[in-house]
Amino acid sequence: MRWAESLLRFAWDFVVGDDWRIAVGVVLALALTALVAGSSVAAWWILPVAALALLAFSVWRAARPRG
Amino acid sequence: MSGAEVGLALSVFLACAVEAVEALTIVLAVGFTRSWRSAFIGVGAAIVLLAAVTAGLGPALTSLPINALRVVVGGLLLVFGLQWLRKAILRASGLKARHDESAAFEEERLAAGGAGVVQTGFDGYSFTVAFKGVFLEGLEVVFIVLTFGSNQHRIGLAAGAAAVAVALVILAGIAIHAPLSRVPENTMKFGVGVMLTSFGMFWGAEGAGAHWPAGDGALLAIIPVTLVLAVGMVVALRRRAAGAAPAALGEEKAVHA
Repeated sequence: MRWAESLLRFAWDFVVGDDWRIAVGVVLALALTALVAGSSVAAWWILPVAALALLAFSVWRAARPRG
Repeated sequence: MSGAEVGLALSVFLACAVEAVEALTIVLAVGFTRSWRSAFIGVGAAIVLLAAVTAGLGPALTSLPINALRVVVGGLLLVFGLQWLRKAILRASGLKARHDESAAFEEERLAAGGAGVVQTGFDGYSFTVAFKGVFLEGLEVVFIVLTFGSNQHRIGLAAGAAAVAVALVILAGIAIHAPLSRVPENTMKFGVGVMLTSFGMFWGAEGAGAHWPAGDGALLAIIPVTLVLAVGMVVALRRRAAGAAPAALGEEKAVHA
């Protein structure tokens, strides 16, 4: 089982990387885009706005002063 | 060649060149310090395994319906691209150590030198380090080639751009017999982060059912807007860092990854 655990950890690090919030945020934004796209409202702007907001938030968290 | 295809080829070329430079540094370090023969066997074994991964994943990806493919691959590319861009922004603003091939080479060389007596014939250390280095860096290349290539049904173009990048790096390595520390790696990584993020947003939204105004032409707006915002974050962080005590800022100052 150790190799399976190592493989999962590697896959997690490879795709998700240093900040898991980015991955969760992208999944939620994709779901919201799909939901809105099913209605008559334009949905193309949701993912760029969400992605760039997630990036700014993640960078801000990494750069904030430490007490 | 369409604008999207030029973007695909350029993104894959830059990403693969960066990964190839990093793999080359590792192979050169163990080759110079311990055993070229064992290092090359490690490189060969990694290439065989990468080919097997590509052969397994490639057909599985291309057999998905286009919208499912775009939402899955666009989402993965977006998460991957945002992580690249996050690191690149932190490096460019001085909050994370920049990747330095000369320092990485020296680190690998010292580790190789201190790893016991060099075995005559087959040297397990050289094999393992070269294998791991090439396989892990190569896996990122495979991921980028497959995601970009399958989404536009141009795996051949993506693989060609990757092959040209790797060949150029190998030729440069043979020519100068040293790590390619003068390649502007950090700037290239910034550019790749912008491209991966932009294409990820474009395909992810399309796959989820959204329609971009101007179709593929929307990329001409998405890429520059992403670039400008990322550069804006670097400028803002540099300004803030200039007015703060360096030791108090940032969690990742000493990280080399």
